[in-house]
Amino acid sequence: MKFPIYMDYQATTPMDRRVLEAMLPYFTDDFGNAASRNHAFGWKAEEAVDAAREVLAKAIGAEAREIVFTSGATESNNLALKGVAEMYASKGNHVITVQTEHPSVLDTAARLERQGHRVTYLQVKPDGIIDLDVLRGAITDQTILISVMAANNEIGVIQPLEEIGRIARERGVLFHTDATQGVGKIPIDVNAMHLDLVSFTAHKIYGPKGIGALYVRRKNPRVRLAPLLDGGGHERGMRSGTLNVPGIVGFARAVELALAEREAEERRLTRLRDRLRDQIMSGLDRVFLNGHPEKRLPGNLNLSFAYVEGESLMMEMKEVALSSGSACTSASLKPSHVLLALGVSDDLAHSSIRFGLGRFTTEEEVEYVADKVVSAVTRLREMSPLYEMAKEGIDLKTVEWSEH
Amino acid sequence: MAYSEKVIDHFQNPRNMGSLDKNDKAVGTGIVGAPECGDVMKLQLKIGPTGVIEDAKFKTFGCGSAIASSSLATEWVKGKTIGEAMQIKNTDIVNELSLPPVKIHCSVLAEDALKAALADYLKKNANGTPVEENEKAKEGVQ
Repeated sequence: MKFPIYMDYQATTPMDRRVLEAMLPYFTDDFGNAASRNHAFGWKAEEAVDAAREVLAKAIGAEAREIVFTSGATESNNLALKGVAEMYASKGNHVITVQTEHPSVLDTAARLERQGHRVTYLQVKPDGIIDLDVLRGAITDQTILISVMAANNEIGVIQPLEEIGRIARERGVLFHTDATQGVGKIPIDVNAMHLDLVSFTAHKIYGPKGIGALYVRRKNPRVRLAPLLDGGGHERGMRSGTLNVPGIVGFARAVELALAEREAEERRLTRLRDRLRDQIMSGLDRVFLNGHPEKRLPGNLNLSFAYVEGESLMMEMKEVALSSGSACTSASLKPSHVLLALGVSDDLAHSSIRFGLGRFTTEEEVEYVADKVVSAVTRLREMSPLYEMAKEGIDLKTVEWSEH
Repeated sequence: MAYSEKVIDHFQNPRNMGSLDKNDKAVGTGIVGAPECGDVMKLQLKIGPTGVIEDAKFKTFGCGSAIASSSLATEWVKGKTIGEAMQIKNTDIVNELSLPPVKIHCSVLAEDALKAALADYLKKNANGTPVEENEKAKEGVQ
């Protein structure tokens, strides 16, 4: 077994060697600018981009012309929200999104609010999934966009895109999904799900960092966007800037591989993930699963370990790369907004760990990590005054704590 | 964030981790912080008849820096008088452990826990204890 063990696949993934091989020629020999229309170097680059666009479009049931390349999902989300808000300002000023979205959606929505738009942040149910009736009730005649993520980056919960799409379509509202954690991991079909805008990126599926895409529907309805960047008018005027040809080639190869291996990988990861969960839960009491038990990404497990703070747990397991929803991992001192939105108490949010499994996770690693979690939590609980108080039968909720 | 070697050492080999009998009159207990803030420290001091801290124990729910801060505090107070222990400042802990700005609150909590434990002891032993004599003696020296 190689150390450290990487178990943070929702943060990013290592690039697959097959992806790197596909990219390499486009850094050196085939370095042309895809916008150079008058020579072979440009043609070669354009050809590669066209082929990649085709692959990406097919992966989500779209047409090649509907794919706009960006620098990543953050840019795609910004472009979708700001582009729609500006272009459709005469139609309405209301946007609906969800409390558990990624900051690249939430912070963009907050900026729209400062610019005079109205934003509704839907609550989620305790399992992390939105309530469709609440969504229906939130739509007004001013609503121009609904933005709901495909799968959550922290808790892996998968939203009912098809049902949301149907509601959006019935009410004539555009529907955007941040499918950063979705494409290549779960089925995404822009027509079956009535999607008008889809953000996705390469580095979450074993492709390179710095390349992403936004699907923009061309018909029924034709979606128009105000661009974020002014310039040469690339990407149908929606995203100026010389195309990142090696990145685009790698992105397409990564998507191809993810789709070809998706079903087998889903089975393998689900089995490994469930094994990790069962082995940890059989060795410890007071462990809580965050998010829906089944409607979640196969490679995601998010657990809260009562009486133990998340950062100290990661420090105790420093040979394993993990993430925590604890505030101590950020400068803000606020624990994960996603867990708080589920109604998880602050103390359990501080005690959460995200285990992200992926293509190169082995059975041996899962076993090692499970054992390590059990021993680490046991040691830290011995050190925890909360565990001691709970064992004495003190209800921690009734204690008057000194806030600081 | 990278931890200093001293933080890692205290985290891996905590000094004086454990509990003292909180019902013992010679033991002062301080519990500070809140679970919803992500850190709770319990610091206990056993103080001898001459007002010298004979033993100190801690238990901490919190990040590595919080655990290290409380571990260091217990190490420092042992053998000190109440008056001397009162002089320990959070900045001493920050310097010793090289805590970054986002972790300064861990040191503040350790100082608060120490003060709370001393206050608890003084409250328990309010009437005519050797402590007061010790304090008077100390003032005399100054």
